Amino acid sequence: MTLLKVNNLSIEFGGVRAIDDLSFTINSGTIHSIIGPNGAGKTTLFNLITGVYTPTSGTILYDDEGVTGFKSYELAARGMSRTFQNLQIFFNMTAIENVMVGAHLHLNRGFLASFFGLPSIKAGDRHCRETCLELLDFVGLKKYADIDTESMPYGALKRLEIARALASKPKILLLDEPAAGLNPAESREIDKVIKKVAERGITVVLVEHDMKMVMEISDHILVLDYGRKLTEGTALEVRNNPDVIAAYLGG
Amino acid sequence: MMMNLKSAKTGGILVLCAVIAILPAFLSNAFQYEIAILIGFNAIVCIGLNLLIGYGGQISLGHGAFVGLGAYGSAILTMNQGWDPLLSMVIAAIFTGILAFVIARPILKLKGHYLAMATLGMGIIISIVINTEDQLTGGPDGMYVDGLSFMATQIYWYWLVGALLVFSVWASLNLIHSPIGRALRAVHGSEVAAEVVGVDTTQYKVLIFVVSAVFASIVGSFGVYYSNFVTPDIAGFFHSIELVVMVVFGGMASTFGAVIGAAILTTLPQFLTFLHDYEHLVFGLILMLTMIFLPKGLVPSIAGLLKKGDK
Amino acid sequence: MFAEFLQFLFSGITLGATYALVGLGFSIIYNASHVINFAQGEFVMLGGMGTVFFLGLGLPMPIAILAAIALTTLFGFGLEKLAIAPARGASVVTLIIITIGASIVMRGLAQVFWGKEFHAVPAFSGDEPINIAGATILPQSLWVLGVTVLLVFALRYFFDKTMMGKAIIATSLNRDAALLMGINVKLVLFISFGLSAALGAIAGILVAPITLTNFEAGIMLGLKGFCAAILGGLGNGMGAVAGGMIVGIAEAMGAGYWVSEYKDAVAFILILLVLFFKPSGLFGKTGTERV
Repeated sequence: MTLLKVNNLSIEFGGVRAIDDLSFTINSGTIHSIIGPNGAGKTTLFNLITGVYTPTSGTILYDDEGVTGFKSYELAARGMSRTFQNLQIFFNMTAIENVMVGAHLHLNRGFLASFFGLPSIKAGDRHCRETCLELLDFVGLKKYADIDTESMPYGALKRLEIARALASKPKILLLDEPAAGLNPAESREIDKVIKKVAERGITVVLVEHDMKMVMEISDHILVLDYGRKLTEGTALEVRNNPDVIAAYLGG
Repeated sequence: MMMNLKSAKTGGILVLCAVIAILPAFLSNAFQYEIAILIGFNAIVCIGLNLLIGYGGQISLGHGAFVGLGAYGSAILTMNQGWDPLLSMVIAAIFTGILAFVIARPILKLKGHYLAMATLGMGIIISIVINTEDQLTGGPDGMYVDGLSFMATQIYWYWLVGALLVFSVWASLNLIHSPIGRALRAVHGSEVAAEVVGVDTTQYKVLIFVVSAVFASIVGSFGVYYSNFVTPDIAGFFHSIELVVMVVFGGMASTFGAVIGAAILTTLPQFLTFLHDYEHLVFGLILMLTMIFLPKGLVPSIAGLLKKGDK
Repeated sequence: MFAEFLQFLFSGITLGATYALVGLGFSIIYNASHVINFAQGEFVMLGGMGTVFFLGLGLPMPIAILAAIALTTLFGFGLEKLAIAPARGASVVTLIIITIGASIVMRGLAQVFWGKEFHAVPAFSGDEPINIAGATILPQSLWVLGVTVLLVFALRYFFDKTMMGKAIIATSLNRDAALLMGINVKLVLFISFGLSAALGAIAGILVAPITLTNFEAGIMLGLKGFCAAILGGLGNGMGAVAGGMIVGIAEAMGAGYWVSEYKDAVAFILILLVLFFKPSGLFGKTGTERV
């Protein structure tokens, strides 16, 4: 089933086409990777899909509805969440609180109830804490639950972002270079987490430089070069494509 | 940890109650009661302001204006219109809340120093209006206001302000540890990250701006009924700055920090009066030295030291 | 009609030039350190009051002026060395509070040493108004304008041509890169505070003969200068000059054609209106967050 459909998408920045007439689809329940050399337009594409940028032309349909003009929080309510290339952690909170913010949409947010600390809020928070603890456990960070995020290692924070995004119960999760800056061991941890996320039936869209990781876990790979689609297909197909080899070896 | 949090909250409130209950034993005259009551008023405004600055990460250099709107709103409605004081207070708070709501959207789009400038400008404009529209406000001379008939003595006021303070601390802590409070802190931590998990950041910034303005307005109203007099200084630039200084001095993002900041900086000038002309100089020095050596403010810095000691 | 307009314009550009100098002071410190120096107005006050003091000692005017500028510059250096440098790494709000503390200290010192009275500084070259197309302008206003223009050009030269000026610009653009390039960032900060203080002092000395001065004279001037800096886009020097002029002229026109009671409000109404439509000021860069 098609979850995301991109049609003839283009965006220009000052006359430069960062994305040029791009079309592809993403099926639900798959791990879909977007790769390409630096400057290929991967992050731009991410920002288009998440509604941060407005395309010059073309459409993006998520769940049969457009994304353009929607605020990030509205898309979150429609089941789309993401992580960031440059860490965006709430450093003024503990790990578990970070994840609990992720559950924001699924909690009672009445002002007066919160102000007067009504039992319904307290009960909701207790339950939320439990489910968020499970999510921390899921990404392997249970022991950090009540630790200030300021004192957590970089690799753990990368996974914390994933746990926080999962707490919003997304249908589609976009990961922007989740392994960037990680050592091989930490990279493998992320690997495992992404696979487990997909097993939960969540569609994963991945932008990543770590080829080994991409080849290993992706169901489908889209290769971009200068904003255009170079090729797409399974890991095997992409690996053997001469254009891809040329682009990566500096053709 | 959950229990820890909970007990820290209840423990803190119990200590506060105990201090309020025991303090009268040490207060020997009307002047000392006056200071205690002033501390309470300032602390309540600071608790609201701290929600905005400390937790939401949005600076306001114009909150004195909201205290002024509460004070003058109540004063004008009771004295010029002959309305019931409590009703006047509620109407003034609603008016302040609506005004805050209207200006919040354009103002809170701004960030950092631009936000500081805009809130400062807003405060100064309101205080100039109060100064200038003398037919309504009595101008720079201020205006007299009848007190609350049922608040017969200063002791009554002491207990009323004490109760209001405890309530404010309790409500503030409730709010911080609710989904709203977490969303608010998330806005401070990273707006983009908050948005992608569904937090409408603008909505929360506006909400907390309005809440802190209403806190300020209500204190302004009570203050005017307590002192029976109000001058435009209450809405002025210096009062706004003073409030922010109290919050930062006590420690941002700490409800008890706001209370302690208000308590110390309300009392300090009284202790310094013996210095006569040197009073402001010494006050400024104490402020500077504290912020240089305890940049996070008193409560978080001391808590940090204790934590380190534990390890 | 025209004479009246011209009259308001003259007083507007005189005010505006003063605000421009104060605004420049804000910009320079902001560029070097990302601190908004709430004691900038007190530099202005120290300039004016310092001149009064040195004149009182019997020094001739030019010497008294230089001495006042030197004194204020010392305060600028001191503020950086004793208060800002030790607090490195503190949050911006904390740094702002420190400068507020410094402003209280400077006002306190001025009050202790010089009292609360208003003082007059004699005009540099007489009080005889000059007639231009039916409007009059004070010789002192010409001094304000002339010196401001001179300083603006001097600063341009400083920032474009001298090593120190370029180092300050580099530090403002990217502090870490500047450090790596071997720029002495500490010295840059130190010099910036001194330079801002000197500019503030000059502004204070120039207007003192027109407005009188006392220990609180810097407060409003400081706030209006802040308006000028923000209006022009924080950190944009020429923007601050333009911002100062706009604020000054708007204020004079507001006072002339509207109600003089709201003269002080004009600058702030203006700044709010501008910020609502241009959140980074008139000539400011719109920042984007990289995620």
